[in-house]
Amino acid sequence: MTSRESPRVSQPVPRPLWRRALGPRLRAAGLALPLVAFVSVTFLGPMLSLLTKSFYDPEVADALPGTMAALRDWDGQGTPSDEAFAAVAREFVAARTERTLGRTANRVNRVASGMRSVIMGSSREMVEAGAAAEAAGAATDGAFWRETMISIDSRWGGPEPWRALEAAGQRLTARHYLKALDFERGPDGGYVRAPEVWRIYVPLFWRTFLVSLGVTLLCLVIGYPVAHMIANSPPKRANVLLLLVLLPFWTSLLVRTTSWIVLLQNQGIVNDFLVAIGLIGDDGRIAMIYNMTGTFIAMTHVLLPFLVLPLYSVMRAIPPAYMNAAVSLGATPFQALRRVYWPQTLPGVGAGCLLTFILAIGYYITPALVGGQSGQLISNMIAYHVQTSLNWGLAAALAALLLGGVTLLYVVYDRLVGIDRIGLG
Amino acid sequence: MRAAAVAVAAMLAGCAQQAGDGTEPGSSAPEANEESITVVSYGGSYARACVLGYHESFTAETGIQVNLEDFNGGLAQIRAQVEAGAVHWDVVDLGVADTVTGCDEGVLELIGPELLPPGPNGEAPANDFLPETNTECGVGTLLYSTIYAYNPETLPGSAPTTLADFFDLERFPGRRGMQRKPEANLEFALMADGVPKERIYELLGTPEGLDRAFRKLDTIKDEVVWWEAGAQPPQLLADGEVIMSTAWNGRIFNAQVLEDQPFVIVWDGQIMDRGQLVVVAGTPHLEGALRFMRHAARSESMAGVGKYIAYSPARRSGQALIDRHAETGVDMWPHMPTNPANMKNFLMADWEWWADHRDEMQERFAAWLAR
Repeated sequence: MTSRESPRVSQPVPRPLWRRALGPRLRAAGLALPLVAFVSVTFLGPMLSLLTKSFYDPEVADALPGTMAALRDWDGQGTPSDEAFAAVAREFVAARTERTLGRTANRVNRVASGMRSVIMGSSREMVEAGAAAEAAGAATDGAFWRETMISIDSRWGGPEPWRALEAAGQRLTARHYLKALDFERGPDGGYVRAPEVWRIYVPLFWRTFLVSLGVTLLCLVIGYPVAHMIANSPPKRANVLLLLVLLPFWTSLLVRTTSWIVLLQNQGIVNDFLVAIGLIGDDGRIAMIYNMTGTFIAMTHVLLPFLVLPLYSVMRAIPPAYMNAAVSLGATPFQALRRVYWPQTLPGVGAGCLLTFILAIGYYITPALVGGQSGQLISNMIAYHVQTSLNWGLAAALAALLLGGVTLLYVVYDRLVGIDRIGLG
Repeated sequence: MRAAAVAVAAMLAGCAQQAGDGTEPGSSAPEANEESITVVSYGGSYARACVLGYHESFTAETGIQVNLEDFNGGLAQIRAQVEAGAVHWDVVDLGVADTVTGCDEGVLELIGPELLPPGPNGEAPANDFLPETNTECGVGTLLYSTIYAYNPETLPGSAPTTLADFFDLERFPGRRGMQRKPEANLEFALMADGVPKERIYELLGTPEGLDRAFRKLDTIKDEVVWWEAGAQPPQLLADGEVIMSTAWNGRIFNAQVLEDQPFVIVWDGQIMDRGQLVVVAGTPHLEGALRFMRHAARSESMAGVGKYIAYSPARRSGQALIDRHAETGVDMWPHMPTNPANMKNFLMADWEWWADHRDEMQERFAAWLAR
């Protein structure tokens, strides 16, 4: 940047050039203000607030401030002090009367399953026990609550429920990230790798990565010859071919995805055709949809234009004379392709592949519609936690990990290939 | 950055979809000067039975219009509406585990026992409702069962008679339909594996018991077609996509009597659960919603549903009113899940266990499915 801004003229100037250019540049930047505002309000703001949710969870801490304060000095062994019992009792009874305890109990239940019924069940009886003691004029201090709570539910006499409360009460927490990486709370409260049958997110991240890679390669293998053909056709034919690529590109994603369902389903056109020509029997129809195959086919089709178009732009700029020259100098057509043509298309390949891969890694509607069970990707899990389980913290952590992974890939790509080598034509 | 954009867009789209669910064109826009309430239920033949059974008489009696919407259960949309302060569902048909959870969270209105009307002969509600059908926020309306049914036309030869047969691929090879959620499936698996029903939930609470349930499900996993909406199993059976399927008993009944399907229900190992109505907290139509609840809690209303679909009234006096199918004259009692002949081996769903373990089970189930 700086080299371009420094004055190139040799004669003396009254003011530095950058200062003279400041006014117009500011005005030019002003033109971009609406866009900046739009992006901040609709994209950066929501994204930051969501990402914040992945490590900041004040709900339990806000609901049970006294309990959290009393638990601060507890060493995690045995039971906490009488003050903690008194604080928990006070806050449980108050929250239960206001009918807000259920939300807190649900949060704690996410940390340790079963805590919901421990909290809701105990608090029901604690309200009665507290009222009875007060009516009888007995003291309702910490010692009273210790005895009462343990007699209501003996689990309060052990460390587990207290550890769960303490963990759920951390405002700043890594537990969503640990969960998103398939770690779980061990018996002593620390985090350990979950048993294999419980691991879900890491395998899904891998699958998403591999599917995106596969779809990108498939798009490249299919798209490269297509782009080459369009780029080297006479203008009239090139326009028609380009339209064939663009027409699906302009068609709604949902329409294209559901069309694949019509084509590929068990009683669909492709299977009917294969049965009709006798290639497969009526009972041997191929399952091409609601599984990984369906996800692959539909995603490749949907994403193909994103690879063809950058490739086409780059290829069109390559004069055919280069290939002719290579062949006339004695190269075989394959050598000419490999050593002359291919290197020149690399910027387009890079741009197309990066675009396709990054779009594929966040894909969600197509796998949801045609993926069945085995074809689901990590975005579907994020959607599930946003829409159904309403565990936004976990959803945000998964999204943050996905974002981090893509950023990492981008950086690696930049180091290896160089982002400035990307060309869109 | 693009992936983040897509991920966030997906999230926002999800939220927008939720917020927009209730305001599809023509579904629930209340008329300015005509009172109406929005009732949310499971669609299909069950919703139809409710409309014919008591929604129509409610509107005739009170002049309040009922807008019906469909959903597939769960608290997610209710929570979203209450938290956003934009409640457009008034009355929702929910399972007990959800009503208890939602009640504790304060997203449902408390329903006092004084709201419940006496039975047709003055029976006190406290004795008339079957045990555990009412909760603080939920009014019990019916008992339904998750059973499995088969289509004899696509399953020639010997007929399955026990729950264990559902898991027997050797004697009954072919695809099976199951609901895409852990509820009922885990219980079915353990029962079919020979666990006595008193010990099912105790065992599911242990890692070994849970593993055992999933191992049993593993044995048929490759042959399972997963369904989500209650209307799907009869369709899957009729199309021959599956030879047998778990289903809600009323849906199979409906296909039997109204569509002349030859389906047969296997009652062995049926899992009975209670259906309840709740009022969403903060609804602007509270009074209309409560009047609707009071109407729905009548024995006649419950028996009205039982005239169209084979779900048992939650009141003893309602069960006594069970008679014949309103459209075909079929005797309803043999089809009811509470008929002792159908209850030789049944399990009562434990809502408390599910309220505690649902999140965890859904994760495990999702992990298992994705494998």
